[in-house]
Amino acid sequence: MKTPYDMIIDILDEEFEFTLGELCRASATPAETIIEMVEEGLLEPRGPSPLQWRFSGPALYRVQTALRLQRDLHVNLAGAALVLDLLDEIARLRERLARLEQG
Amino acid sequence: MKFKDYYEVLGVPRDATQDEIKRAYRKLARKYHPDVSKEPDAEARFKELGEAYEVLKDPEKRAAYDQFGQNWQHGQDFTPPPGWDAGFEFSGGGFTGAEAEQFSDFFESLFGGGGFHRAAGGGRRHTWKQKGEDHHAKILIDLEDAYHGTEKSLTLKVPEVDETGHVVTRTKTLQVKIPKGITRGKRIRLRGQGAPGIGGGEPGDLYLEVDFKPHPFYRIEGKDLYLDLPVTPWEAALGATVKVPTPGGIVDLKIPPGSQTGRKLRLKGRGLPGKTPGDEYVVLKIETPEPKTDEQRQLYERMAEIMPFNPRSRLGV
Repeated sequence: MKTPYDMIIDILDEEFEFTLGELCRASATPAETIIEMVEEGLLEPRGPSPLQWRFSGPALYRVQTALRLQRDLHVNLAGAALVLDLLDEIARLRERLARLEQG
Repeated sequence: MKFKDYYEVLGVPRDATQDEIKRAYRKLARKYHPDVSKEPDAEARFKELGEAYEVLKDPEKRAAYDQFGQNWQHGQDFTPPPGWDAGFEFSGGGFTGAEAEQFSDFFESLFGGGGFHRAAGGGRRHTWKQKGEDHHAKILIDLEDAYHGTEKSLTLKVPEVDETGHVVTRTKTLQVKIPKGITRGKRIRLRGQGAPGIGGGEPGDLYLEVDFKPHPFYRIEGKDLYLDLPVTPWEAALGATVKVPTPGGIVDLKIPPGSQTGRKLRLKGRGLPGKTPGDEYVVLKIETPEPKTDEQRQLYERMAEIMPFNPRSRLGV
């Protein structure tokens, strides 16, 4: 049995980096789909070409959410990119609203 | 077992056309999709919708379901009569929903046997290696935990297959290190702590989404903190140095003379730590003491005499 300290914990923030291969593995998604997501602007990796691409931590959540939206709501990748951007915006606004309402 | 009125779930009449059912489903699915919806019961509602649609979109299943008619109420205790599905052939149906195994007992008792089950099993026979499912959970932390970093102990219920082949629920406790400077909405991945893999595949991962417990006086926005600071009228008018709490300890804050309620003063770098640390914003709130003695009342009257002031002049009154 594993002790708690054998566990690998990743903080998926802006500073975390995935290579293309790591992102594919983590999301159980083929590289072609990830490349399509980059072409659609849903993901914005640093680096010039797929081999040098580095994705930030939140990219994994964007991939997972886009796949669920595609599967459940028949949203295409362009639509999913739009939904994700709007969800980010809503989250920011909700946080601001909560701050102002508490005041 | 409770009867489920699938028409009620989708909000359509019993004589709705297939197109109407599809439109109702699509609309509600958008509303209750757990990634999009903020409704507290979104996940449960979304599953229920999927189940209702699974039955009503398929004319064969719908016809079979329809024989229960309107005599049954949603939530009523229900047992299907033996042989209720005689004369119906479900071979072509199958499950199309990805979460079919999570449908209710009600669904399972009606459509879980015979042709349905074969169709469902067939699509899910695992002869390949597959990574286990990922699990998702929320973790609530205090602002102080995010400021200093902490270790949280997390208790999870994990289904496991024992030696006799039975599924048992085991409780597992994990120690999770929360790094300092973490903010709301950030995700933490615990590798290999999701569902076990299939056919020798590796286990899935566990994702924790960070959220803050409400704080008695700080409000948090990203890495910045907001604090309402009560001040006296004379502190605001004459200026003063007052003590202000920050998560890192008490600091002195200089209030400039002539300050008004709502004035925002910034304590740079006193918010949540990080490469670029957040700031603490102190919002002044003037509180007026109630005059309790004659002397105090006279003091206010004297102020009114010698300090003519109309705070409503901008309102034209």
